[in-house]
Amino acid sequence: MTSTEPVLQVEGLVKHFPIRSGIVFKRTVGQVKAVDGVDITLNRGETLGVVGESGCGKSTLAKLLVGLEKPTSGAIRVRGEDVTRLGRSGMRRLRRNVQMVFQDPYTSLNPRMTVGDIIGEPYRIHPDAVPKSGRRAAVRELIDMVGLNPDHISRYPHQFSGGQRQRIGIARALALKPEILICDEPVSALDVSIQGQVINLLEELQDELGLSYLFIAHDLSVVRHIADRVAVMYLGKVAESGEENQIYEHPMHPYTQALLSAVPVPDPTLRGQRDEIVLEGDVPSPANPPSGCRFRTRCFKARAEWAKTATDEQRKNTPLAEQAPDVCKQQIPVLEIREGGAHPSACHYAQERDVVHAH
Amino acid sequence: MTVELDRQGSHNGYVEGLPGYRDDAPLLEVEDLQVEFHTRDGVARAVNGVDFSLRAGETLAVVGESGSGKSVTAQAIMGILEEPPARVAGGEIRFRGVDLLKLSAERRRRIRANHVAMVFQDALSALNPVWTVGFQLGELFRKHRGMSRKDARRRAVELLDMVRIPAAAQRVDEYPHQFSGGMRQRVMIAMALALDPEVLIADEPTTALDVTVQAQIMRLLSDIQAERHMGLILITHDLGVVADVADDITVMYAGRAVEQANVRDTFASPAHPYTKALLRSIPRLDVKGQRLEVIAGLPPVLTDIPPGCAFAPRCGYAQDVCRTERPPLSTVTAGRSAACHFASEVMTDDVN
Repeated sequence: MTSTEPVLQVEGLVKHFPIRSGIVFKRTVGQVKAVDGVDITLNRGETLGVVGESGCGKSTLAKLLVGLEKPTSGAIRVRGEDVTRLGRSGMRRLRRNVQMVFQDPYTSLNPRMTVGDIIGEPYRIHPDAVPKSGRRAAVRELIDMVGLNPDHISRYPHQFSGGQRQRIGIARALALKPEILICDEPVSALDVSIQGQVINLLEELQDELGLSYLFIAHDLSVVRHIADRVAVMYLGKVAESGEENQIYEHPMHPYTQALLSAVPVPDPTLRGQRDEIVLEGDVPSPANPPSGCRFRTRCFKARAEWAKTATDEQRKNTPLAEQAPDVCKQQIPVLEIREGGAHPSACHYAQERDVVHAH
Repeated sequence: MTVELDRQGSHNGYVEGLPGYRDDAPLLEVEDLQVEFHTRDGVARAVNGVDFSLRAGETLAVVGESGSGKSVTAQAIMGILEEPPARVAGGEIRFRGVDLLKLSAERRRRIRANHVAMVFQDALSALNPVWTVGFQLGELFRKHRGMSRKDARRRAVELLDMVRIPAAAQRVDEYPHQFSGGMRQRVMIAMALALDPEVLIADEPTTALDVTVQAQIMRLLSDIQAERHMGLILITHDLGVVADVADDITVMYAGRAVEQANVRDTFASPAHPYTKALLRSIPRLDVKGQRLEVIAGLPPVLTDIPPGCAFAPRCGYAQDVCRTERPPLSTVTAGRSAACHFASEVMTDDVN
């Protein structure tokens, strides 16, 4: 199903949120660099997984892609057309083609609207999509397509369970027959047994309709299951990207390695045998990211490289977060294919390490 | 790094004088616990007869989906259920032989502080935003140990140091909002451990945290537990975490324990169809899966639990008997029990 025909290309995408201070006279005192130079490509019929921890910019990325936020700079091309330059009518066209599935099925559906009205609302905004007379039938078809009972068209969201509500959200996103779905943590609010139902539904719909998914999640196991390619984000930048297999079996970036090794595997026989990397500290604030490589303050690799040449004096007096070679502190590593790897990674000391399998 | 707290004997010297106390009794036993909630839609039977026991030094995982009754069980043990609407309708919760449900509120409060403590999922709402972290930690020592403010503050610093918060002596004077999510959860753990409890209940302690921070917190919890030989009840929905840290597992469904065994046996050959289905339905990091197996349907509504086995409507093994007769939790093989009429068949069936 997947091809290399790009439907969505993001180039050098930047979104900075100003930090303002003052009550009467607002001054900008800084910038939260939520997304800071991101390049990704989504091909027709494929699923691109975007993973990362809170604050890495993945949700801001989603909002930029559907036009809910205006980028500070950079380009978003949908089928070759740069949508950041579009006016109002252009944006309306874009939104028909790029739809979003939200994380929280409890707050993303209006409790005072029936399911039929919720799923049919896109038709009121885009009246030319389906003629008025055909709308009810179209809605029923959508309800059926996502595995709900079309007879429930007049029910309200509270009458459905979390998994069913997420199906309603998916049906609404599909109403305008988009090519691209941006799914922002679509299953993280659901119980495990229900997650599987929604993931399977998304996969079936993709096969049936040839959809392309940008699938944002923090659960690396879920992403591995659904994604063809994966981009790992850290503090507004892509740390590593590649085919699902490359990222999970041959990770090059120390952050990817740490992230993967931190995921507990549901197999007690592997206890104590997995390669566990426990990172120190928390993710730094995107308002004040570290110089050079953003991961260097928590990076075990940078620390090891630094220790090779450090004197005893330095070892004693340098705080943990500053233990990194000069190159990591001064140069921002470029996302590119590096020696020993087959996919791009943004690390001066990129080196493959299989952390997922027990040794 | 770790500061050994001054212990006042092996116990905290409170529970010993209470009725039923036996030094050789199991650390914590829950027997036929029943909790119901009186709601506008009727009586929701959130916990419907749960049994388990916990030894010192043991980690017991209580696993289940939302609405399975795992958190309500924990709250009942702690004595922090909101009553009404909740009501403990039956059963016993024994700590070293003492039935906690029969104690007065004041006695339970003292047990809660000194012997059984809890870590909550959401550290931000569990901490008071208007007091410094040090004041809140110190309060435990002031109220329960009669310490002076100065001594209590010193102990608070020691605790923050024990849970590996950097620069503890400075951070003790900061407010909860100045801490990151992971650091706040460390504060919660410090608070729970302050009075040296023998039982720690951790209710989804890492669910709200990022995966790299989650690993730090789980490691901290299991280090401290091993050091102090505490009994740990880990309430979670994450079977990966269970596989990593727990000794024994209790799987809950619709307010009942449906399977109990040690973790290795359960993962290798589950004896209850629900456990089996749950294990199959999780995507795994180390294998690229095909289609995910799913559990069709939904858990029952707690105000209207079907007669017979509550899992029967979703179960591939279900026969007529399952719809009429409720299977009791009974021994399948030594050390393993399951609440299923066909447990031995389920267990011997190949997992894949």
